[in-house]
Amino acid sequence: MAVISTEKDIEALSLTLVAEFDAGVERVWQVWEDPRQLERWWGPPTWPATFEKHELRPGGSASYYMTGPDGEKSRGWWEFTTVEAPHRLEFDDGFANEDGSKAEEMGETHAVVTLEEVDAGRTRMTVASRFESADQLQQMIEMGMEEGLREAMGQIDVILAERASV
Amino acid sequence: MVVDELSDSDVDRLFHALADATRRDIVARAITGEHSVSALAAHYAMSFAAVQKHVAVLERASLVSKEKRGREQIVRANLDAVRKARRLLDEYEKIWRQRVDRIADILAEK
Repeated sequence: MAVISTEKDIEALSLTLVAEFDAGVERVWQVWEDPRQLERWWGPPTWPATFEKHELRPGGSASYYMTGPDGEKSRGWWEFTTVEAPHRLEFDDGFANEDGSKAEEMGETHAVVTLEEVDAGRTRMTVASRFESADQLQQMIEMGMEEGLREAMGQIDVILAERASV
Repeated sequence: MVVDELSDSDVDRLFHALADATRRDIVARAITGEHSVSALAAHYAMSFAAVQKHVAVLERASLVSKEKRGREQIVRANLDAVRKARRLLDEYEKIWRQRVDRIADILAEK
């Protein structure tokens, strides 16, 4: 089991998740460092991410979009505040408008990722996410849940189409 | 979708109310039993009016309810609001658990 623990702090609006992987620290760092690997896990399966820019260095930024089942795009940005390969990564994360500019009204999340070796070839990853407002947390969740909602809507479409052809 | 049960402003009020140590302490005490505002005020180094203000913030966030009983105001915790805050974080946790699963799949390829 990859996820070891999660800790939620309702007052501080934060979530800390600890996971362990059967791979070395350098290898786990690659899933963050290599945009082609990163985009295979960041977005939900039906909303795969494409990173157009990924400057993994302090002060660097990333921009990406996720593509939905109907081809619609949802854009996001990261700004790296700390990058200490292969052990520590801190970044701010938010939504972007269609032109790539920050969607300020959506707020941002601050994430701290640490990787440490627990045994030879085994890595513990801790991700601490802190939200600046409850609205913003809700936005994040709705983005993640949109997938399921759209699938459900698709099924309704199928049912309606069947009825129409009877 | 569970998050639909609370509007954005409801959620903001909820987290704002819980962001203060005194207010969290009031909620904790209210969970274990009924307290009058004056009994609560005895626990804190602040004026009765200040404690009353804290209770009002908690009340607007639906974390506690207040009921007049004779000359006293009785404060009770509303656990539903606390549970809803927790559910929001639960949903976010799910997103990260799915990401971790996908990372594990990528790592397993080699």
